[in-house]
Amino acid sequence: MTGEEIFADTIARDQRVEPRDWMPDGYRQTLIRQIAQHAHSEIIGMQPEGEWITRAPSLRRKAILLAKVQDEAGHGLYLYSAAETLGADRGDLTQRLIEGRQKYSSIFNYPTLSFADVGVIGWLVDGAAICNQVPLCRSSFGPYARAMIRICKEESFHQRQGYELLMTMMGGTPEQRDMVQDAVDRWWWPSLMMFGPPDADSPNSARSMAWKIKRHSNDELRQRFVDMSVPQAEALGVTLPDPELRWNAEREHYDFGTPDWSELQRVITGDGPLNRQRIARRRQADSDGAWVREAAAAYAEKQRSAGNGSGR
Amino acid sequence: MSDGIRHEWPLFEVFVRAKRGLNHVHVGSLRAADHGMALQHARDLYTRRNEGVSIWVVRSDDVVASDPDDKAAYFEPSADKVYRHPTYYAIPESVPHI
Ligand SMILES: [Fe+2]
Ligand SMILES: [Fe+2]
Repeated sequence: MTGEEIFADTIARDQRVEPRDWMPDGYRQTLIRQIAQHAHSEIIGMQPEGEWITRAPSLRRKAILLAKVQDEAGHGLYLYSAAETLGADRGDLTQRLIEGRQKYSSIFNYPTLSFADVGVIGWLVDGAAICNQVPLCRSSFGPYARAMIRICKEESFHQRQGYELLMTMMGGTPEQRDMVQDAVDRWWWPSLMMFGPPDADSPNSARSMAWKIKRHSNDELRQRFVDMSVPQAEALGVTLPDPELRWNAEREHYDFGTPDWSELQRVITGDGPLNRQRIARRRQADSDGAWVREAAAAYAEKQRSAGNGSGR
Repeated sequence: MSDGIRHEWPLFEVFVRAKRGLNHVHVGSLRAADHGMALQHARDLYTRRNEGVSIWVVRSDDVVASDPDDKAAYFEPSADKVYRHPTYYAIPESVPHI
């Protein structure tokens, strides 16, 4: 069999493609783009919540938030590791992010105005991420699927800590309950947009599904997320800001309104509330750390030429 | 990929022993300036929840791997040697413990 036939056969039999296997150039490029975008989202995703670490209301909440944000850094690194198996270089990918040549999830361009936002991000944003990511654990590219398995194991903690935080606030003062409702009102629609544009406007989806990189369409996953979230909102005692939201007994799914796709388009193309700030922050961190990376490399080189230590 | 990239730190492959009695298993890779830093980063990255009791790190460019194109030449010769498997041998049911 030729490489091409082996590839087609591997996909058809639902087996995994591994880094050194022959693969179509389009498959490789699609994966690099998707994995890089996913990695960038994890890295940029540290910023909205990171802003609350120093302002967390208790040591317990601070420790939890610190662990959660550290996990997101880890997720970014697992994914850059997977991208590198395809011949990408993580330094280059970071450069592309900073220069705006690669994207990250639009959700992280919204501000975190109160501590309730930390809870709502855990509940809805990590919840939407879980919906997206669980099927990716069966993605056809082995290193990506394995990274997703690690990530999904950790996401459950993220969602539960957020929901618990919100339950605590809902048991507090009327002002605290208002903060939760306000955060839900602001994050609900952007969370629905995390699944991407409607299927009809998502031209590359079909190819990704044929290659089994993706397993479900954007609209399927969005519906799944709505169905999961409605009873959780009821249990919490908050209202989801969608007058069209109601159970459809015939479909056995919730009907829901249409997100403002022009807003998604604006945020994706760089005009969201905080796009510039998020990228500027990432660029700053990269340049602030440059001397440390260079010093460590120089030290390792010196150890190596002296023929001692842990260098080679 | 594209040229002119500063490879600031080399790539290391990470192997973790989940618990005593098990082999070290490959879990992913990371970048570090040297082996000591690679171990430190591997601990922070791959064992935040008691996933391991021991870590190996290996420079990725030190790994020598078989070529997928040689898969047939490498692995197919064993496919027709069924006599290497115990089930190849018919033993009467009446013979115990064999
Ligand atoms: Fe994550
Ligand atoms: Fe998360």
